[in-house]
Amino acid sequence: MKQSRRNFLKTSAVLGASVVGLSSAKPTKAAPQNILSDERMGVLVDTTACIGCRKCEWACKKAHDMPAGNIESYDDRTVFEKRRRPDAKALTVVNEYQNPNGKFPLNVKVQCMHCDHPACVSACIVGAFSKQANGSVIWDTDKCIGCRYCMVACPFQVPAFEFEKAWSPDIKKCDFCFDRTKTGLLPACVEICPMEVLTYGKRDELIRAAKEKIRLYPERYVNHIFGEYEVGGTSWMYLSSMDFTKVDFPKLSQNPAPGVTEAIQHGIFAYFIPPIAIYALLGGVMWLNKNRKHESHGEEE
Amino acid sequence: MEHFFKPTPIQKKFFTPIIMIVSVIALNGLIFLLGRFLFGIGAITNLNDQFPWGIWIGIDVAAGVALAAGGFTTAALGHIMHRDKYEVIIRPALLTAMLGYTFVAMSVMIDLGRYHFIWHPLIMWNGTSVLFEVGICVMIYLTVLYIEFLPIVTERFIGRVNLPGFLKKFNNTVDKLLRFLDKGLEKTMFIFIISGVVLSCLHQSSLGTLMVIAGPKMHPLWQTPILPLLFLISAICVGFPMVIFESIISSKSFGLKPETDVLSGLGRMVGPLLLIYLAAKLIDIVVRQTYVYLMEVNTESIMFTIELLLGVVIPLRMFFSRKISSTPAGLFIASGLVIFGVLLNRINNFIVAYTPPYAEASYFPSIGEISVTLGFIALEILLFRAFVMIFPIISVPQKVAPKTKYAIRGLFK
Repeated sequence: MKQSRRNFLKTSAVLGASVVGLSSAKPTKAAPQNILSDERMGVLVDTTACIGCRKCEWACKKAHDMPAGNIESYDDRTVFEKRRRPDAKALTVVNEYQNPNGKFPLNVKVQCMHCDHPACVSACIVGAFSKQANGSVIWDTDKCIGCRYCMVACPFQVPAFEFEKAWSPDIKKCDFCFDRTKTGLLPACVEICPMEVLTYGKRDELIRAAKEKIRLYPERYVNHIFGEYEVGGTSWMYLSSMDFTKVDFPKLSQNPAPGVTEAIQHGIFAYFIPPIAIYALLGGVMWLNKNRKHESHGEEE
Repeated sequence: MEHFFKPTPIQKKFFTPIIMIVSVIALNGLIFLLGRFLFGIGAITNLNDQFPWGIWIGIDVAAGVALAAGGFTTAALGHIMHRDKYEVIIRPALLTAMLGYTFVAMSVMIDLGRYHFIWHPLIMWNGTSVLFEVGICVMIYLTVLYIEFLPIVTERFIGRVNLPGFLKKFNNTVDKLLRFLDKGLEKTMFIFIISGVVLSCLHQSSLGTLMVIAGPKMHPLWQTPILPLLFLISAICVGFPMVIFESIISSKSFGLKPETDVLSGLGRMVGPLLLIYLAAKLIDIVVRQTYVYLMEVNTESIMFTIELLLGVVIPLRMFFSRKISSTPAGLFIASGLVIFGVLLNRINNFIVAYTPPYAEASYFPSIGEISVTLGFIALEILLFRAFVMIFPIISVPQKVAPKTKYAIRGLFK
């Protein structure tokens, strides 16, 4: 008798612990990863050095097993006549802007900015996006349901979708060469760039380097590191000789993109208190009205 | 009481000339829908990387959810506030909500690139995602609506189970099952009814939060942190007008007398609700000083003005007028305007206000998108008609007093 009771207590304790363990482990397991490590890497893009050779576009496609074509075909500069955007077939593109003050046009490489507080990670319905310790914002094919809310949420309008595919279309965007950097390689675009436009390094060191560049060559750069503070900071940061709005960068505040949304969302769902309170209130009203009806209709029924 | 109303299956011919036209529209939508599944979203829609969401989300989902709000507002009025007078409209409103949400779910499904993973949110949770919250709430609410509808099914078939062919021997078992279900539901229905109202409040408001994350990509006339509040109030506003509108159309179509007394009673509640909404909307544009955008003439300012003037101010005045809100015609027009206003508001929030930074051209829905949207609406009308012919939904005056047990099954006595 005693034995069995002890056993019973033991089992219930184990059961209870495992239930608690499961329920507390679940959110961390299910919720998307969103790490902001001090060691996170970034890239500093010095647009004033870029010559628009578009080798990075080729290398990017090669690294991601996308049809890349002949590397010589990238010498074609007529593509600069139109502003291009990254899409499902090209995760990075270079655009060219005429510089009214300088002799040379300005070339700007575009790809995912890898935000420190990514709107896509916050928005994704199934948590397919995640911010990794090394700064990359990556995307998990196996989870995605193709709702395209990330595209609505992204302040840079970066995620692209394979609209032409009937079965299992993918979201496509720069993944900061997550598979390459894992093995110690440089991101493909950084590696191939012949002009050293792209500097890969720890984000805070890149900011220091960028500030130094602006201090040393104030006539070459505008005094603004795009991405240092925009939407709470991004892993990719830019230096430019022209105002950033003139080279098609969106004007953004310093607040993290998902900020207000998460505050509202957590307000409505604060520990489920508001929903439960409404439930209780409605239940009370219902009960009161039911009783009142009973009293007035007593003799009829 | 001079006459009794009892929900009765309507005995009419299914096909009329109008229903034929509706069927053609439905069929046309289904053909384009087939195209979407065979050739992909890009082939049928005008969506692209700049405009990831179009009318399938803006109208079918966002407006669809709002226009199905009649279900929870009438449930709150009839069941929670216990206003027995309005019992006659609960069933039609419930059916509208049930069909409406079913089509919302279907619209989400066809818009999803990877529709075969539609179940993922059930096991892959992201607590920070508004869409996740909306998705889960809508899924649960849809289930609740089906449960709320079950007593109508049991009422229809208890004692009348007549399966064809060799299934005949199960007649008794099915009947017993229905009786068991009916008994259980009668005792527990209040749980589902309150859940339905709570879930509706949650996702109606969260639907508004959905676009907040688009930040500066959304026009400041609509982009406001109180969007969830505005969405909730406007959903409550459109609940009764939707019931009135539909009830008048049903009566007309089935040759019944519109229940003007009940409907104008509903109408009298719409005026104050619209006033609250208008106040919230005006306070919002004053506090955020976005009225400056109304000084310039562009698509956004025109759409905003139409939405507020035609969809809120005019019906507000109409519903407050005793003379107008006591005639079927006046009620019909005023309700139609509120519905139009909320529909336009959802389109504005999800489509017009959305101005992505690198758009080459603005978005306008393709023939395929419009066809599918119209097709779904047509299908809903056809299903509604079929349901009211099969199930006791619309209240019809009775010659003899009905047995109370069956008239108020599923309600509280």
